[in-house]
Amino acid sequence: MKHLLGIDDLGADGIRVLLELTDSFVEVSERPIPKVPALRGKTVVSLFFEDSTRTRLSFETAAKRLSADTMSFSVSGSSVRKGESVRDTVQTIEAMGVDAIVVRHRSAGVPWQIAGWAGASVINAGDGWHEHPTQALLDCYTIRQHLGSLDGLHILIVGDVKHSRVARSDVAAFRALGAEVTLVAPPTLLPPSLEGWPVRCTSRLDAELPGADVVYLLRMQRERQQEALLPSLREYTAFYGLTRRRADLVRPDALIMHPGPMNRGVEIAAEVADLPNAVITDQVRNGVAVRMAVLFLLLGAGLQGAVPDLPAVAITGGVRD
Amino acid sequence: MTDLLLRGGRVLDANGERLADVAVADGRIVEVGTDLDPGGATVLDAAGCVVAPGLVDLHTHLREPGREEAETIETGSRAAALGGFTAVVAMPNTEPAIDSAGVVRQVVELGEAAGLCDVHPSGAITVGRAGEQLAPMAEMAALGVRLFTDDGRGVQNERLMRRALEYAAGLGVTLAQHCEVETLSAGGHMHEGSWSSRLGIPGIPAEAEELMVVRDIMLSRLTGGRIHFQHLSTAGSVELVRRAKAAGLAVTAEACPHHFTLTHAEVASYDPVFKVNPPLRTDVDVAAIKAGLADGTIDAIATDHAPHAQETKEAPFDEAPCGMLGLETALALALTELDLAIGQILALLSWQPAAIAGLADHGGPIVPGRPANLCVIDPEATWVVDPYRLASRSRNTPYAGRTLTGRVRHTVLRGTPVVIDAEAQR
Repeated sequence: MKHLLGIDDLGADGIRVLLELTDSFVEVSERPIPKVPALRGKTVVSLFFEDSTRTRLSFETAAKRLSADTMSFSVSGSSVRKGESVRDTVQTIEAMGVDAIVVRHRSAGVPWQIAGWAGASVINAGDGWHEHPTQALLDCYTIRQHLGSLDGLHILIVGDVKHSRVARSDVAAFRALGAEVTLVAPPTLLPPSLEGWPVRCTSRLDAELPGADVVYLLRMQRERQQEALLPSLREYTAFYGLTRRRADLVRPDALIMHPGPMNRGVEIAAEVADLPNAVITDQVRNGVAVRMAVLFLLLGAGLQGAVPDLPAVAITGGVRD
Repeated sequence: MTDLLLRGGRVLDANGERLADVAVADGRIVEVGTDLDPGGATVLDAAGCVVAPGLVDLHTHLREPGREEAETIETGSRAAALGGFTAVVAMPNTEPAIDSAGVVRQVVELGEAAGLCDVHPSGAITVGRAGEQLAPMAEMAALGVRLFTDDGRGVQNERLMRRALEYAAGLGVTLAQHCEVETLSAGGHMHEGSWSSRLGIPGIPAEAEELMVVRDIMLSRLTGGRIHFQHLSTAGSVELVRRAKAAGLAVTAEACPHHFTLTHAEVASYDPVFKVNPPLRTDVDVAAIKAGLADGTIDAIATDHAPHAQETKEAPFDEAPCGMLGLETALALALTELDLAIGQILALLSWQPAAIAGLADHGGPIVPGRPANLCVIDPEATWVVDPYRLASRSRNTPYAGRTLTGRVRHTVLRGTPVVIDAEAQR
C-alpha cells in the first residue's frame, strides 16, 4: 500500500492490521523516551493548504517519534489565488526529496490528484467535506480501547454530516468493523442523497440516546446559520446538542466522542465534555500513535509486515530530560 | 469547369440518400450524378463514405477575444473543420462579451481570416451578460446575428427575459437560454445526488435547470417568442420540452454529446476534465437525452466546445473552470453511442441546427446551385482520441484513450477542401 487517501484503501482487514500495529506505538508513546528509529532517514512533509494546527502537530509528532525528518509547508487560502498551482507546489516539494506528503486541503479530492502527480506516498489529512481517514482510525482505536471491539456496537453520529469529512470516513470505518451506524441531524445537515450509505438516519436525538454504545458529536460551524441551514445555533443546541439533561439519557458505559475542536455550549455542554465517559482527550492521545502506525505502514513494513520489534532509539551525546 | 469532384460516396441530405458524385465549381454544387467527368478538377475519394451537408454547431466557445491561451478563432475553426463542421455559432462569453457591433465585427473578421469554417457570432441578450440591461440586439442583428444568449449564465430576471423575448420577435431572431436558476445552483460543482453526497462536493440539483426551462416555456406562451434551450441535461427538462412542443409552442432544444455519453460517476476520479456546466447527470438522464434525440424532442446535437488551458484544469475540482472540448469528437460520439440511423444523426448535427441558427448557406440540400459546404464521413473508421493530437489549443477532452467509430475524411467550405483525409489544409 502506497497511499492512505480514504478508508476504502484499507478495507476491514487493513483497518484491523493498522489498529494492532497502533498498540505497539501506544506502548512506544508510554516509554520515558517515546522515540524509535523505525523511519530514520525518511522525510515526511506536511502540506497544509488549510489551517489545522492540531492535525499537523499530531502528524509531525508521530513522524518525529519514528525518527523521520519533518518539514512543514502551510499555505492558507486558495492556492490559485496565491498564483502557484497545487501541482507546482507538490513538484517543488518533491524536488527537495520527500518520502511522504501529508496533505490537508479545503477542496475534496485534492489528495487523489496529488497522488496522481507525486512519486511520494500521500496521506490524506482531510479533504474538504470528503474524508479524514486518520481521524476515523483513531476513533476506531479509541472505541476498541474502551469497549473491546466495534462489532455489533450501535454508534450515533450527531450533527452536520453534510459538511463533515470526519462523518464520511467514520461511517466507512465503523461499518467495516461491524458497527451499526445511525446519523442524527436535521435534514438540512444531511447529504442530499444517502443512496448507498449503509446507515439509518433520523432527526430525533432523544429517542436514540438510550440505545447507543457511542455518541459521536460533530463540530457545528457557526456559518451554517447564514446559509439558511439552521434557524439559529440556539435552536440546534436545543434539539441536537448533548446538553446535561440529554447526557443523562446516555448509558454510563457508553462513550461520548468529538473530533475537536469543540464548541462547548453548542453541540456539547461544557460539563458533558468533562464526564468520565467522554473520551475526547483519549482520541487526541491515540491520534499520535495511529499516525505513527500509518507512517510506518506506508514507509516501513507494508500491510503484510509483522508487528515490528521496536528498539529504543540510540541516544548519543547524553540524555536530556 | 469543375474545380472539385467528390467521387463515389453515398450522398445523404434531408431529402434522402443516393450513390453519386458531387461536382463543385466556384464554391457551389454544380452537378450531382453518377460517373461525372472530373476534367482537370481535384478529385477527393468518397468511396464507402457518406457525403453530407457540412455540420453546424449551435454552441461553440472560441475564447477569442480574451482567452487566447485556451483557444483562438483560428485553432477552434481548425478543430471545427476536422470535426466536419462548416459553421459554428460562437458563444458571446468572451472578454469583452459579444454584446456590441464592434465585437461582432471582430469575431466575424477573425473567422474569415482563418477561413476554416463559417464563424457566426451569437450576441449577448444583456450588456456584459450581467442580466441587467438589454444589449443592443438590433445593432447586432443588422450585422447578421441570428441567435442571442447570455450563455454561461441564464437570464435570471423574469421581467427582463420577457422583454427580451418581445424585442427579439420584432427582429426575427431567436433567444437561446442557458437554463440555470442561480439561487439554487450557487456553490455547486457537480450534479447533486448520490455521487456528490459521497464525494463531498457541493451539488447542482436538476431542478436548477428545470425551473428555468419551465419558466421560459411559460414566457414563450406569454410572448409568443421563439426560444431555444441550450445543452439540456436532465430527464425533467426533456419531458418539459416534449410537452411544450406538443402544445404547439415555438421552442427548440439542443443536447451535448457528454450528456448522452457520460454520468456523474466519472467525477469519482476528481479529475476536473469531467467538470462541466450543466454537470454530468445520472443514467436516467442519459437515457432521457437519448430518447429525446430519437423522438425529435431535441432538435440538435451541439458541442458546447469549451477549451480551457491545461493549468486551469489541474486545479482542485471546486476551483477548476467548467467545460470540455467537443468539436472533434461530437460526430464520432453520436455515431458510436446513439442507436440512430446516420441520416437522423446528420439531421441533428447539420440541417436542423442550421435551421435554428438561420444559416441559409448550411445544412444542404446537396443539389446544384447550393453553396458547397460539405463533409465526407467514413462511418466505419475507428480511431482513438488522443488529446495531444487534437487541433484545439487545449487538451480538456474527457474521452482520452476512448476508441470511437466514424471519422470525418474531408470537409469542404464553399468549394474549398479545408480538410483532406483527416488533415487540415491550412
